[in-house]
Amino acid sequence: MGTKEVLTSEDFYEIIFRILDVMKENEKYLTDLDAAIGDADHGINMVRGFTLATERLKNVNPASDVGTILNTVAMALLETVGGAAGPLYGMWFMNMAQVTMGKSEVDKKLLAEMLEMGLKGVQDIGGGTQPGEKTMVDAIHPALQELKKAANDPSISLLEALEKAAKAAEEGMKATIPMIAKRGRASYLGERSRGHQDPGATSSYLIIKTIYDYLKEKQG
Amino acid sequence: MVGIVIISHSKKLAEGVKELVEQMVKGDVKIEAVGGVAVDPNALGTDPIRVKEAIMKVMDEQGVLILGDFGSAILSARVALNMIPPEIRSKIAIANAPLVEGAFVAAVEASTGENLETVKKAAEEARNLRKL
Repeated sequence: MGTKEVLTSEDFYEIIFRILDVMKENEKYLTDLDAAIGDADHGINMVRGFTLATERLKNVNPASDVGTILNTVAMALLETVGGAAGPLYGMWFMNMAQVTMGKSEVDKKLLAEMLEMGLKGVQDIGGGTQPGEKTMVDAIHPALQELKKAANDPSISLLEALEKAAKAAEEGMKATIPMIAKRGRASYLGERSRGHQDPGATSSYLIIKTIYDYLKEKQG
Repeated sequence: MVGIVIISHSKKLAEGVKELVEQMVKGDVKIEAVGGVAVDPNALGTDPIRVKEAIMKVMDEQGVLILGDFGSAILSARVALNMIPPEIRSKIAIANAPLVEGAFVAAVEASTGENLETVKKAAEEARNLRKL
């Protein structure tokens, strides 16, 4: 099989269903992480959100533009997730949808733009969240840096770019362990938040990793 | 008159604050309460889509002030603002205020026809109200 340099609407459509599977597999893991420094519902909330997202997608044509697919996901997450993850993930997907309205293919350059707008949304909604504050941003920001580098480098394929992004997100996620939380409920714990991996950074990593795994499998 | 939106993770809490504050201003001010998640009546949380609907319901020429309990109530308010066209958005403010005291003071100020900026400032100063 040849290399695939774009993700199509159908790819994104299928990726959302994969994300639901991954959230289900990791439901207990995410909730356990959240039990340590949050309110022990992150896994449950993510499964609930992506369950509704996939139900709604069943009424959406997989060949619709990427923006329509991602916006359907955004609205479902906003309505169902409930905790801080609802507005944050909703905004992430809403901003990614904005960049891809009317587009049926996403190359690595557009993927970097999507993630950049998405990250901006997450940071704005959080009140100006920066890397190092033990949040989703700690996984998404390093992944974006890799995608941006790859976007302008013709020697890096889409799959390689996603591999680097997933790896960077994983490192970013692990780097949250020694951090002191500066945002959200965990921030009330101060020093006591140290030593625990951030649940939001973990679910963000899982989403980026799912896109990589999907493309790797498709490419064979 | 400035409209008021009260957001809490708990529907009961949001509606309770609305009930209390409405009594104080005898129903003169438009107030909407939002809380909980639509898909699960027992789950606590906030929903930006319903926050947006509440804002549009109480929208007034003088604008709308939003008060939230904490955390995702404020995040949901910010997402709701993002979903509203900029020309309307400029007439909406989020108060950095305690929920019960802030909503009470805001409603009283709004009922006298004060503008959004004054109502917001009064709500934010409610944190200094001494009870003893």
